[in-house]
Amino acid sequence: MRIVIVGHVDHGKSTLVGRLFHDTGSLPDGKLEQIQAMCERRGMPFEWAFLMDAFQSERDQGITIDTAQIWFKTPKRDYTIIDAPGHREFIKNMITGAAAADAAIMLIDASQGIQQQSRTHAFLLNLLGIQQIIVVVNKMDLVDCDESRFDAIKNEYVRYLGEIGIAPSFVIPAIARDGDNIMHRSDRMGWYRNATLVAALDSFRSSGELAHLPLRLPIQDVYKFDDRRIIAGRVLSGRLRVGDRLLFSPSNKSARVKTIEAWHAAAPQEAGPGESIGITIDEQLFLERGEIASHEDEPPIETNVFRGRLFWLGRAPLQQGGAYRLRLQTREVPVIVERVEAVHDPDALSQCPAERVERNEIADVVLRSYAMLAVDEATQNPKTGRFVLTDGANILAGGAISMRDYPDQRRLVTVKSTNITAVAHRITAEQRALRHGHTGGVLWFTGLSGAGKSTIAMAVEQELFRRGYQVYVLDGDNVRHGLNANLGFSPEDRAENIRRVGEVAALFADSGQIVVTAFISPYRADRRRARQAAGNGFHEIYIKASLATCEQRDPKGLYRRARSGEIAEFTGVTAPYEAPEAAELTIETDSLSVDESVAAVLAYVERNFRKTR
Amino acid sequence: MDHLDWLEAQSVYILREAFNRIDKLAMLWSLGKDSNVMVWLAKKAFFGHVPFPVMHIDTEKKFPEMYAFRDRYVREWNLNLIADKCPPVEETDPSLPPAARSAARKTLGLKNAIAKYGFNGIIAGIRRDEEAVRAKERVFSPRGESGQWDFRDQPPEFWDYFNTDLPPGTHLRVHPLLHWTEIDIWRYIAREGIPVVELYFARNGKRYRSLGDQDITFPVDSNANTVEEIIAELETTRAPERAGRAMDRETEDAFERLRATGYM
Repeated sequence: MRIVIVGHVDHGKSTLVGRLFHDTGSLPDGKLEQIQAMCERRGMPFEWAFLMDAFQSERDQGITIDTAQIWFKTPKRDYTIIDAPGHREFIKNMITGAAAADAAIMLIDASQGIQQQSRTHAFLLNLLGIQQIIVVVNKMDLVDCDESRFDAIKNEYVRYLGEIGIAPSFVIPAIARDGDNIMHRSDRMGWYRNATLVAALDSFRSSGELAHLPLRLPIQDVYKFDDRRIIAGRVLSGRLRVGDRLLFSPSNKSARVKTIEAWHAAAPQEAGPGESIGITIDEQLFLERGEIASHEDEPPIETNVFRGRLFWLGRAPLQQGGAYRLRLQTREVPVIVERVEAVHDPDALSQCPAERVERNEIADVVLRSYAMLAVDEATQNPKTGRFVLTDGANILAGGAISMRDYPDQRRLVTVKSTNITAVAHRITAEQRALRHGHTGGVLWFTGLSGAGKSTIAMAVEQELFRRGYQVYVLDGDNVRHGLNANLGFSPEDRAENIRRVGEVAALFADSGQIVVTAFISPYRADRRRARQAAGNGFHEIYIKASLATCEQRDPKGLYRRARSGEIAEFTGVTAPYEAPEAAELTIETDSLSVDESVAAVLAYVERNFRKTR
Repeated sequence: MDHLDWLEAQSVYILREAFNRIDKLAMLWSLGKDSNVMVWLAKKAFFGHVPFPVMHIDTEKKFPEMYAFRDRYVREWNLNLIADKCPPVEETDPSLPPAARSAARKTLGLKNAIAKYGFNGIIAGIRRDEEAVRAKERVFSPRGESGQWDFRDQPPEFWDYFNTDLPPGTHLRVHPLLHWTEIDIWRYIAREGIPVVELYFARNGKRYRSLGDQDITFPVDSNANTVEEIIAELETTRAPERAGRAMDRETEDAFERLRATGYM
């Protein structure tokens, strides 16, 4: 079992490690004498911390710079101790150590109480996904082994941990230097009757829950050393058996497992979490590193945008709009930080809006890639729900994925029927255009609620009709009464709503008509899909107004209801609006009147659709 | 999955990352027990193949048994061997103590080989439990242009994401055995039946626990004659593994200085 020890600088981490080793009889011969000699040379009293602070520079400065690992055993089992530095400057090393742990010991100096790093480290442990936590209130001799002082620290810290979602398994008063309540009970603190540190550690379990999660096997490489084509990777969660049908995401290819290969061992029939395996499949698929294999009925989410809570380790701050490389298991793609939503202050348990994230800060961001990604929510799968960001060389951040407000795009891009063939029309687009006097196409209005989409759309329709155009408006509320009556307002249903409108609009356009759509359609990915459906006839028209303007207009009273919490996810208030990056036309309704706006659209149509005979 | 299975799977994952991410890769093969386990793990990772050269940086001062072992298993394991000789001791840093200076020849030999063959990734079989300085290592550890290790500012490495990209002129040390302990190595040797040099087994009440150059490596008292007896011995001993390696403790920081300048 792997244990990490964290806490504020000077609260006695290395001393605790030395004591654990000594009491459990795990010290190598000669080590004690070696440390004694080091201390004598420096003319100082015996210092346990030298056991792990092996570097010359650490011995001289008296702080732990980097993470280190050593081993000890109790009668119950073997432990690896990961010692992580508490000093703020070395937080990247603390994370390097702590991320590998099954459980954590959080140290607090009884005489100093809860300090900044006590809070930050707890916040990070939560982000790293470590659930089993022991709090040790150390140096109790400095407060005369006073029970009330212990209770005060315990109560304050447990309350803080509760607020960030951690419930510590034990809170133990101890004197690490002398061994009180480490392996043996303390005579000086008879009032404490719960477990010693060693007993508390022995009560923990190694994590085994990954086996019960859905199968996730990222492709690490594809080998062709001999006549076999072997797909290599490490099972992260779930189980895989010979004969299973696998779905590879995001390419959405599928094949059956033919064999699990092995060298110098019998070929296994199945594999579980943690195993590095190689498989052959029953079809010749082109598969690459980065695809994630799952079972078909429990696939990962597909998306190109998600929320991430991350810790930032880069020297230069993370910038809104900044470009980085995202690594999600073996997949690596470029991403843009679309938004910094908040920077957290673990001390005050508050968050504040920001445009950049400084080194060692924790922040919530929205990340977007051009490529489709296969992901899970961090709460659903600790492996495929976590990512790192790099600058192409070094790791700069690690984070956990949340899909709040963002839909799973898988079923939007997957064609379910396979036995369909498009039939060619006998009338060409040119013939239709000649008859109507204009080409067909889609005027796709997008913008906040209250920006003026429906108002302008209806006026444009009326005037184009008067001028002899074949024109029709698809409006949000109207479509939801019929075509999309079975859809609600979840992120998935919103995306499906827009997908259907996009497809219907494309059919209208194909028939030679001009169709105007008036939907908020807040997500770029949805609009990009609608553009793909309609092809060259697609014209994105951004009906642009500030949130303040829209909220002031509030024609349907929706903003008021959203602000009061009556409507849960409302675009612009509690859900994101992704403005167009390159709309064909932008109508600024903050400054233009309805008539001016309509005239601008009409002029655009005359320029782009009119076919003169 | 038991403990050895987990160790093996982690090493295989690391070796496959190295092979995928690094274009000019080589594995150091010191002929000791750890590097034999490492070659074995490569064959596990790549299904019977070792798809990169193995490199023996030859000090020409190894035991005859080690050279015999090398020549036999190069053939049996179908290895692509590079065995360049180290430069003379006069070319090493004269301020180092004598045994460390002798060990530093290997650093120079490695540096020369990296330059000669253009490697940008070197797989080395060090373990965290061998020595306190090595305990601080990363799995993928960057080295500067002259091979030096900046241990004061190492990149973060977590959740099995390794820093695999590197600036030109530098190279990566890859450490697939970092998480193993000495007794893990012997238990895995026993389970898999991996061959080792016979010097590890006791003769006349002495055996080598760690193998280096003849003149700076000394045997320890032991009667362990088989792999099983070695495991039984290690389960009870509290003497450190590298007790027979003179260069580690000539001065307090001798080993740290060796490593900072590029030693394995």
